[in-house]
Amino acid sequence: MSSPAVAVPSRGKPAKANLSGAPVRRLLAPAVIFMFVWMIVPLVMTLYYAFRRYNLMMPEVTGFAGITNFKLMFTDPTFWDSLINTLVLVGASLVITVSVGLGLAILFNRTFAGRGVARTLAIAPFFVMPVVTGLIWKNMLFHPVYGLLAWVFRHLGLNPIDWLAQYPMLSIIIMVSWEWIPFALLILLTGLQSLPEDQIEAVRLDGANRWQEFRHIVVPHLGQVLYVVVMLESIFFLTSFAEIYTTTSGGPGTATTNLPYYIYQSAFFQYDIGISSAAAIGAVILANIFSIFLIRFVAGNLNTGSRR
Amino acid sequence: MAIVELKDVVKNYGGKGSDAADNAVDSFNLTTKDGEFIVLVGPSGCGKTTTMRMIAGLENISGGTISIDGRDVSQVAPKDRDIAMVFQSYALYPHMSVFENMAFALRLKKLPDAEITARVQEAAKVLDIAHLLERKPRALSGGQRQRVALGRAIVRQPQVFLMDEPLSNLDAKLRVDMRAEIVKLHRKLAVTTFYVTHDQVEAMTMGQRIVVMLNGKIQQIDTPQRLYEWPANIFVAGFIGTPSMNFLRGKVGADKRSVANEHFNLTLTGARGGALAAHAGTEAIVGIRPEHLSYLAPNDPIAENVLSGVVEVVEPLGSVTMIQVQVGPYRVTAQIESHLTVAMGEPIRLRCQTDKLQVFDATSEQSLLQAPAAS
Amino acid sequence: MKDRTIGGILLTALAYFVALVMFFPILWMLLTAFKTEQNAFTIDPHFLFVPTLDSFRVALEQGSGYLHYALNSVVSAVVSTLVGLLLAIPAAYAMAFFPTKRTDFTLVWMVSTKFIPAVGVLIPIYLVYKQLGLLDNLAGLTLLFTAMNMPLLVWMVYSYFKDIPKDLVEAADIDGATTLQTMRKVILPLALPGIASAGLLALILAWNESFWSLTMTDHTAATLAVYIASFKSAEGLFWAKMSAASVLTVAPIIVLGWFAQRQMVRGLTFGAVK
Ligand SMILES: Nc1ncnc2c1ncn2[C@@H]1O[C@H](COP(=O)(O)OP(=O)(O)O)[C@@H](O)[C@H]1O
Ligand SMILES: [Mg+2]
Repeated sequence: MSSPAVAVPSRGKPAKANLSGAPVRRLLAPAVIFMFVWMIVPLVMTLYYAFRRYNLMMPEVTGFAGITNFKLMFTDPTFWDSLINTLVLVGASLVITVSVGLGLAILFNRTFAGRGVARTLAIAPFFVMPVVTGLIWKNMLFHPVYGLLAWVFRHLGLNPIDWLAQYPMLSIIIMVSWEWIPFALLILLTGLQSLPEDQIEAVRLDGANRWQEFRHIVVPHLGQVLYVVVMLESIFFLTSFAEIYTTTSGGPGTATTNLPYYIYQSAFFQYDIGISSAAAIGAVILANIFSIFLIRFVAGNLNTGSRR
Repeated sequence: MAIVELKDVVKNYGGKGSDAADNAVDSFNLTTKDGEFIVLVGPSGCGKTTTMRMIAGLENISGGTISIDGRDVSQVAPKDRDIAMVFQSYALYPHMSVFENMAFALRLKKLPDAEITARVQEAAKVLDIAHLLERKPRALSGGQRQRVALGRAIVRQPQVFLMDEPLSNLDAKLRVDMRAEIVKLHRKLAVTTFYVTHDQVEAMTMGQRIVVMLNGKIQQIDTPQRLYEWPANIFVAGFIGTPSMNFLRGKVGADKRSVANEHFNLTLTGARGGALAAHAGTEAIVGIRPEHLSYLAPNDPIAENVLSGVVEVVEPLGSVTMIQVQVGPYRVTAQIESHLTVAMGEPIRLRCQTDKLQVFDATSEQSLLQAPAAS
Repeated sequence: MKDRTIGGILLTALAYFVALVMFFPILWMLLTAFKTEQNAFTIDPHFLFVPTLDSFRVALEQGSGYLHYALNSVVSAVVSTLVGLLLAIPAAYAMAFFPTKRTDFTLVWMVSTKFIPAVGVLIPIYLVYKQLGLLDNLAGLTLLFTAMNMPLLVWMVYSYFKDIPKDLVEAADIDGATTLQTMRKVILPLALPGIASAGLLALILAWNESFWSLTMTDHTAATLAVYIASFKSAEGLFWAKMSAASVLTVAPIIVLGWFAQRQMVRGLTFGAVK
């Protein structure tokens, strides 16, 4: 470089406050530090505990455990059950919420009298506290004798089902789906309403039928939206807890014990911090598999709408 | 009122691996007179806004110093520079009334209410927006918003005004009106003003001195008249004036007064006569403005300093007629009197006003003429 | 364009039907809340009955504790949202108007913390809280809610700020405003509707939060989620009361939620769907 007047900011130099005096760091720091203390520090501690001998019942046993906790976890059949249950719950709920949600979104994308009211009623379940969902379904709908479904079955000449005993996982899936179909509906509907109208007109003029129109315009446009729904729901379904806590408590046996519930039980009933931390790391990894894609998507979207 | 001095000012936005070649503004030197109206002009992306924002303090400078009335303000926050700025977007506060928009800065200074009201009303009267004071910006037309933006700047009674393309969002007619009004306002307030535009007509009609920029570098700083008569290089020569100057490439003749090739031979006269003394044989580019070419009747005996060619385009503008003439490989634009009838495809001869010719070095593109010292 | 063909009418009917099916459990809860306990717990459900407010009265009476839990819910939801906004607004302001090379990273990092499952941090937080005496403590719970909602608040407020031209910040700057004055007098008034809807969403999510309430509180700081969950072993004894308490808990949020629908989509999908 020849010109001495050119001062290219060098990397090592601390960033100067901008002239306008906005103390950028001081504005940003509280939120960053807060999130660091409440999320990252505990996450690191979980990782640490996963490699420690640590049982609240045996405070004198401490020390580095190597991969013992993971070994114990992997040989615990309940862990495997919970992993499978988690995946079943996530997979089934995804299929149901996305397909039903898409169907409903298309249904509600038509104009008809009272559409607003109908849509508003349909999305209400999303705002119901999960604990309430669990109790209402468990008692007033699923109850084998006094539940509404039992009454319906009797009227149809069928034997009432003891849902939570006979089909525990299905029951959980139904409840979770009931809560989350509205979410899929709402987001897919928003997606549908932002469909490129001109493109639809164009293919109609080209003589495309309804199916072709759906296949070639609606699906690609909705693809992105669906992707987001699937990723977000996966992460939320992975952490389902209240619905199980209030209804089956993970049972019968381990039939509805998912990973969060397994961790909860190991920590709060077996007091085994080491093993539950190991399982927690597993849950984080599982969530990350989904969130990495989602975060990349969000990051990619970050600047598409920015000004200047 | 103030003298603003920019000394070796550099801006580098500092992208990855950026060096001096990426400077958005490079060694910018300028000292204003007190109360001067300075126009920064140049094509889009040449660094006008960046320069303006550095003067305002909205952008850190990467090198050099900026001082206002002798005080180095390079590291001073915008609010402590005593400047006011008119944004291209106007940047009116949408949730405040016109009055509150104009009063905002005064309220922050904790001036007494009575004075605030007096100042705002005074400015509103000057700008003819007194009847709009209660409105919100969204209820105003573009021109009205423009006035409010000006009003917000003048109530401050700052040392320096900065205006970044303030008229570019207005329609053509309004733009011309506002131009005159801003000039009038400046004459009345006599506050040192920096005015950014990419429109050379605006620059020429408004500026007391004009800074022509290209690629972050100052090409020339001069009065409108001298920019027109003594452009420092080919870029300035081509940028100032409409239609643009014609450029013809040739060699400086042995007589050290003429530039020629097989299609033309033009000899400098008047004040310019001796300029090429040291340049015999140099590859040079002659510049001639369309208005310095005139129609030569076919039977006219004059044969020197004449361009002969074929008329390609005729554009009658009413008061004058623009024609394009093919002279050898060159397309030459000329401005001729409108009563003359010329037809496309016909041969034509154009006479050059040789005391207005420009000559540039073909490699450096700098002018070979010696401008007389500014008065 | 309204569709008056047979198919159209059938589709409309189907939409009504589905909406009703989805809403039915809530409706059923609502009906049950207006029944007597005997009416609520019958083999053949009563669809027509004389409504009574008894269950609400029982749910709300002194001994039931509903008000204690409700107060905890209100305090934790409102305070966590306010604290969250107090931290999120300056952060969003810095990132939206004074971006640096690291801003994108910071923002994405903030958002990504939302995707750490709560169980991933439960155990250390539980143990540390125990050490600090923050278990079953309303402040402790409130801070957890704040952490839970922070990514959402930062992101939403950021996206609303991004819609405001930076010119306004610079104009205020030149007009002599300090950072705080610019924020208070220029940016906040303009972003207020957006900030309000972000706050509303955070409020809803905090109110409905069950995981942390169930694991970190017992009675003193317990919220309505814990109170309602306590009905889980009350086999058929208190259906009407449970429903009444649930209605009181859920109804305000459903109403608020209906208002927040659109913003919710934008917020929950982190702008991927608008
Ligand atoms: N914030 C910025 N970051 C990086 N480069 C910038 C920024 N602002 C402007 N530039 C670059 O600096 C140069 C000058 O820009 P600007 O001053 O806006 O030009 P003008 O106002 O003359 O059109 C351009 O090349 C532009 O791309
Ligand atoms: Mg510009």
